[in-house]
Amino acid sequence: MKKDISIKVCMGTGGIAAGGVEVMSSFEKALAGAGIKAAVQKNCSMHKVGCRGFCARDVLVDVTINGTKATYQYIKADMVERIVADHIVGGAPVDEWLVKDDYHTFHDKQVKVVLSDCGEVDPEDIDSYISRGGYEATKKVLTTMTPQETIDVIKASGLRGRGGAGFPTGVKWDMAIKAPGPVKYLICNADEGDPGAFMDRSVVEGNPHAVLEGMIIGAYAIGAPYGYVYIRAEYPLAVERLHLAIKQAKERGFLGKKILGKDLDFDIKVKLGAGAFVCGEETALIASIEGKRGQPRAKPPFPVQKGLWGYPTIINNVETLANVPYIMRKGAAWYAGMGTEKSKGTKVFALTGKILNSGLIEVPMGIPLKEVIYDIGGGIEGGRKLKAVQTGGPSGGCIPSSMADTTLDYESLGKVGSIMGSGGMVVLDETDCMVNIAKYFLEFTKSESCGKCIPCRVGTKRLLEILTRITEGKGREGDIDLLETLSSDVKTSSLCGLGQSAPNPVLSTIRYYRDEYEAHIRDKRCPAGVCKDLLTYSIIAEACKGCTACTRVCPTGAITGEKKKPHVLNQDLCIKCGACFETCKFKAIRKV
Amino acid sequence: MIKIIINGKQIKVQPDTTILDAARRNDIYIPTICDDPRLEPYGGCRLCLVQIKGMPRLVSACTTPVTEGMEVETTNDQIERQRRTIVELLLSDHPNDCMVCEKAGDCTLQELAYFYDLRANRFYGERRQYTKKDLNPFIQRDMEKCILCGKCVRVCEEVQGVGAIDISSRGFTAKVTPPFEKDLDCEFCGQCVSLCPTGALMGKEALGRGRQKDVRKVETICPYCGCGCNLTLHVNRDEVVSVSSRPDTVNEGWLCVKGRFGYNFIKSPDRLKTPLIKKDGVFVEASWDEAFQYVADRLIAIKEKNGPDAIAGLSSARCTNEENYLFQKFIRAGIGTNNVDHCARY
Ligand SMILES: Cc1cc2nc3c(=O)[nH]c(=O)nc-3n(C[C@H](O)[C@H](O)[C@H](O)COP(=O)(O)O)c2cc1C
Ligand code: SF4
Ligand code: SF4
Ligand code: SF4
Ligand code: SF4
Ligand code: FES
Repeated sequence: MKKDISIKVCMGTGGIAAGGVEVMSSFEKALAGAGIKAAVQKNCSMHKVGCRGFCARDVLVDVTINGTKATYQYIKADMVERIVADHIVGGAPVDEWLVKDDYHTFHDKQVKVVLSDCGEVDPEDIDSYISRGGYEATKKVLTTMTPQETIDVIKASGLRGRGGAGFPTGVKWDMAIKAPGPVKYLICNADEGDPGAFMDRSVVEGNPHAVLEGMIIGAYAIGAPYGYVYIRAEYPLAVERLHLAIKQAKERGFLGKKILGKDLDFDIKVKLGAGAFVCGEETALIASIEGKRGQPRAKPPFPVQKGLWGYPTIINNVETLANVPYIMRKGAAWYAGMGTEKSKGTKVFALTGKILNSGLIEVPMGIPLKEVIYDIGGGIEGGRKLKAVQTGGPSGGCIPSSMADTTLDYESLGKVGSIMGSGGMVVLDETDCMVNIAKYFLEFTKSESCGKCIPCRVGTKRLLEILTRITEGKGREGDIDLLETLSSDVKTSSLCGLGQSAPNPVLSTIRYYRDEYEAHIRDKRCPAGVCKDLLTYSIIAEACKGCTACTRVCPTGAITGEKKKPHVLNQDLCIKCGACFETCKFKAIRKV
Repeated sequence: MIKIIINGKQIKVQPDTTILDAARRNDIYIPTICDDPRLEPYGGCRLCLVQIKGMPRLVSACTTPVTEGMEVETTNDQIERQRRTIVELLLSDHPNDCMVCEKAGDCTLQELAYFYDLRANRFYGERRQYTKKDLNPFIQRDMEKCILCGKCVRVCEEVQGVGAIDISSRGFTAKVTPPFEKDLDCEFCGQCVSLCPTGALMGKEALGRGRQKDVRKVETICPYCGCGCNLTLHVNRDEVVSVSSRPDTVNEGWLCVKGRFGYNFIKSPDRLKTPLIKKDGVFVEASWDEAFQYVADRLIAIKEKNGPDAIAGLSSARCTNEENYLFQKFIRAGIGTNNVDHCARY
């Protein structure tokens, strides 16, 4: 019996959190125990792989025997023995643990470019990347193309910056090659700070060499001898794999002096960010690398004119750079063939919120939002109704369910008052209060404002205070107008992108859900039943069976009553925690 | 030279100027808080926002360089609305106690509030509250009045080269502070005090010594050293209550701790007002005539007995150039020795 066996265990941050390390070592033990390692030797391989997107199902394990792949979900260490016995030794996959149809629908409408090797390659092994075509793009570019030709390919591909603003990458590189300066820098922005976003982290964790390759090609194109990866210190696994990848790339001559024997020197330093969201803004990022306080400065001069240490500097997002090797390998026309007229290629989103299948997805630009929600995402949790989708994180806005036909591209999202942003996508359902959502994002921007400029520093604080008082039932007539004018002034007068976009969640929720704001202010009512101060819990006597379940969970003893008789709830004691509401099996607790 | 248009008026400027510089040179007013022509542009207060024809966003005049043919509008309804909101936001996080504030009458924030007629404020809410704990003798720091223009931080770093303070923390809680929020422990040159647009930084010696309207300004030269910095004495009822310096002077308005804060000797009871002559081991007050006579007699006696080279003269940088010239002349020609020196050297 000669078998080719390959086992891939998801070891992204999600996989590790779910027990990936234990699963991996159980496999090692079980394989050794069954004598398989000894029997098939080299043909039995075990790999840790990066995130493949479906973190909710971790630990995910691929078992491929003689080319036939079976994927298991929710695997724990104690399940491994049976997989080895039944499947690997016995040849019969453990059906009940295999992924079901929904795993495939999750993937069907996705098109993977940036993530195409994530979940397939071993991120800690450069050979694994090379065996799937890795570094071919580098060789092709360095040996057959001029810098200008390289830039022209990127231009023709239509690739736009994935860090938020969507600036055409080729145009940016073109400005850099033309910028005079004795030295130039290329910086990869891996500061990913939006709440809920983990696109860039997954790419660096799952396929760090693609990012490095993008940087090497970029460095060749613009003539930069030095590169930096500015990455959050809160991403320890990504940082570790990045260091390892740089070391391996150096050993193979893809980094360092005379790369591939050509006239290209390029070295990469890793710089850890201390966790300020604003340091993702390019001028703040540069200040931070220079050892200064991480706060933005006014542009012009733009980094491409005067960047790091005063020299021309290009800053690109992780995902932008990770696209580059694939574009160089497969051609501009291939890439431009995906997407819409002005938004080419694919985009990675972190799909979260009240969605059934949350995770990391990559879709072609221009895909309708509803396909993402219902096909890939599998619809709303608990069969509830979709209310809105928030895109673009704290800089973005909400798209109401009535606009679920909106396509995901820079232009369409802008038209409905949201943005593509870096790829956060939070699905909201009828149990979400839109005032509360706006408040949530303002809480974030208020505490992440660097404080340099007045409108952002004080303005976001005041916006948050107004939103807070509305959710507490202390809103007053005129507050909506005040929110709108202050939002518009903060947007207009702030120095950097943070302040200029921080009011977006407020404006977009007012635009589509003004009635919800009005209900809070005028009727002191939260229609979604979220804002605690506006809720009243009471017992519906006719429905109450007197089971006493609620009396036992109420932390303040606000509910009393005899067994089998309707209970009563003392409003003076109720702290509106909702424990009774959650507990009652007879729907006898009313929440209004 | 570059040609630009500001508010419909054609003007010519040097290529490397900012819109704000160009406007100032042509007497066009743009309100500012964080700008000082002697410091690097900052772009933090956003008051200087202006409209450039063809640009989608308002830009800060203090950071934006002029380009050929640029058409700038420094005021319109939209711009004034932004500026007004900015001042209103500042006042919503400010003690607003001008009545008892030392800075009243010379305060940029107060002036802006007046200019925009801000009697009522649409915004209110939490206000930063800090305990004062400055034990140093020179500078009172009232950080509740700080509007974070960053001028103090920049002057300390860019001009004084000290870097004694910086902004710590973020957003609404950002504040200017010495390292580890300790007391200020620096050169006490007071450059920061001189630039602070509000009452956040004040010289301690000046506190409570009279309102701005009562102060008479007297131009003079600093008596402390040979640099001869220009001083403006702020005099109230014949007392020097504080010292400043104008930016258009040889010292560009910068002073050191002595020039800026060392003015209390003027009224010191310890100050010598008559010469003293030591008699039987104790100093006794004497008249000028008596003192001159005594000095002359002794110098002649020493010279006759031991020769002129037994005498040396040492003069002070606190004397004027003319006085120092006369002094060396006296020693060389009068006494007949070249033994003459000075703390700043001849
Ligand atoms: C407040 C703020 C935070 C940002 N954070 C990030 C970030 O975490 N990652 C990123 O790639 N870009 C971020 N950006 C955008 C960058 O400034 C910059 O535009 C981007 O890195 C350029 O790369 P691209 O052209 O490849 O998109 C941020 C911008 C702002 C205003
Ligand atoms: S907009 Fe906010 S984050 Fe940006 S410079 Fe101003 S205060 Fe800092
Ligand atoms: S700093 Fe200015 S605005 Fe503030 S209290 Fe003093 S005088 Fe008034
Ligand atoms: S007094 Fe001078 S040295 Fe001290 S903080 Fe102010 S500027 Fe800096
Ligand atoms: S203390 Fe004065 S100069 Fe310094 S930042 Fe505050 S307001 Fe500006
Ligand atoms: S003076 Fe230009 S932003 Fe303050």
